[in-house]
Amino acid sequence: MSELTLPTARQRPLDPPDEVTALRQQGAIHRMTYADGHQGWLVTGHAAARAVLASPHFSNRPEHMHPPIPSARMELATRPEKLRVPPGFFLRMDPPDHTRFRRLLTGQFTVRRMKMLEPRIEEITAACLDAMEAAGPPVDLVQEFALPIPSLVICELLGVPYEERAQFQADTKVLASLEAKAEEAIAALGGISSYLYGLVQRKRKEPGDDLLSGLIEGGELSDEELTGVGVLLLIAGHETTANMLGLGTYALLTNPDQLAAMRDDPSVVDNGVEELLRHLTIIHLGPMRTALEDVEIEGVTIGAGEAVTIHLPAANRDSARFADAERLDVTRPAGGHLTFGHGIHQCLGQQLARAEMRIAYPALLRRFPGLRLAVTPEEVPMRSDMSIYGVHRLPVTW
Amino acid sequence: MEIKADTTVCIGAGMCALTVPKVFDQSEDEGTVVLLQDEPPQELEEAVRRAVTLCPSGAISVS
Repeated sequence: MSELTLPTARQRPLDPPDEVTALRQQGAIHRMTYADGHQGWLVTGHAAARAVLASPHFSNRPEHMHPPIPSARMELATRPEKLRVPPGFFLRMDPPDHTRFRRLLTGQFTVRRMKMLEPRIEEITAACLDAMEAAGPPVDLVQEFALPIPSLVICELLGVPYEERAQFQADTKVLASLEAKAEEAIAALGGISSYLYGLVQRKRKEPGDDLLSGLIEGGELSDEELTGVGVLLLIAGHETTANMLGLGTYALLTNPDQLAAMRDDPSVVDNGVEELLRHLTIIHLGPMRTALEDVEIEGVTIGAGEAVTIHLPAANRDSARFADAERLDVTRPAGGHLTFGHGIHQCLGQQLARAEMRIAYPALLRRFPGLRLAVTPEEVPMRSDMSIYGVHRLPVTW
Repeated sequence: MEIKADTTVCIGAGMCALTVPKVFDQSEDEGTVVLLQDEPPQELEEAVRRAVTLCPSGAISVS
């Protein structure tokens, strides 16, 4: 039995755990004991991570999964008979089921479509900044900026009334919490599913100019499948960019030279966003896959049925792929990071996330050139207890 | 350089269209790769190679 269990305690808030970094320096693939005793693997190398994520011989279905850490929430996610995900939650499918759903959605998230959304994202961003300015310092940047921008955008895109957000934002938070009890997670998934199911019924009667109405009109999906698609996109749209905006701003505020470059040089912004994605890697626990047959990755045989946890923060700091990888440098070529994943499950909304961040960071930094933390960096509560990393709150002043 | 694109494996992530918009686009309906030119000018070859590396599904290749 392997003595290695997944290290999760960070010594510094923006760096992966030192034990993981040490492992990465020793090799790309490591034997690891999972929370249920399963003997699986941990991948810390960039090339190996790409190889696993691109391989058709690995499954993403929950019934094959093992919990990498002892968390009731994580264990529940590996027990589909207990946590019944609605049909249509295609992230947890393999081809050809996954292909069917993804194909219905990719046309809605193309680079060109997201370009068309930019004026609206700019308006939403400006409105949040106006409200911040009117409220006066100090404010919690998460509540006033990082969360409302992506939340408003995904709600408008899907056709979810933003004023009903109280009905699902609490549920998405519980589902992202590693400390949630099993019954809380089951109740939260039930809550958000029944909210979306009700919304699908309303959209059938009164369609709008939005993604859910378009899918209903397409006629290919059942109401239960539409519910699952809606749950997935709503959670994904809430828990991701919001945390990048919060943690990214924290990273810039604690690295003033990098902040100045992002604020003062518009030509740095697009690449700077990629570098923040790489350096911060908010997907800090997984993704996970399970081998469907024996697969050889970089000379290591992953046996059929064995689970693999891909440590994206480690892979994104692989010095074989990125020079001086530990350093945050918004001018480095950061393309090729794995923060959006790789392979067929690579983030569907990544071009939306890019558009939001490319607009929101510079708009914030230029509106408030004197932006600074209203507390010490050590006092900012980090999301170590959540499946997606970030800051719980970010008190700022200007 | 000749580019080949396989829309049957493409997952519409859009990395190619983001990286070399002069060469790659995405279809309106499925978001899958559309080749705007299959023999790019030399000055775009490096960017095309980068797009091939960034493609998550292996849908584009060069020879």
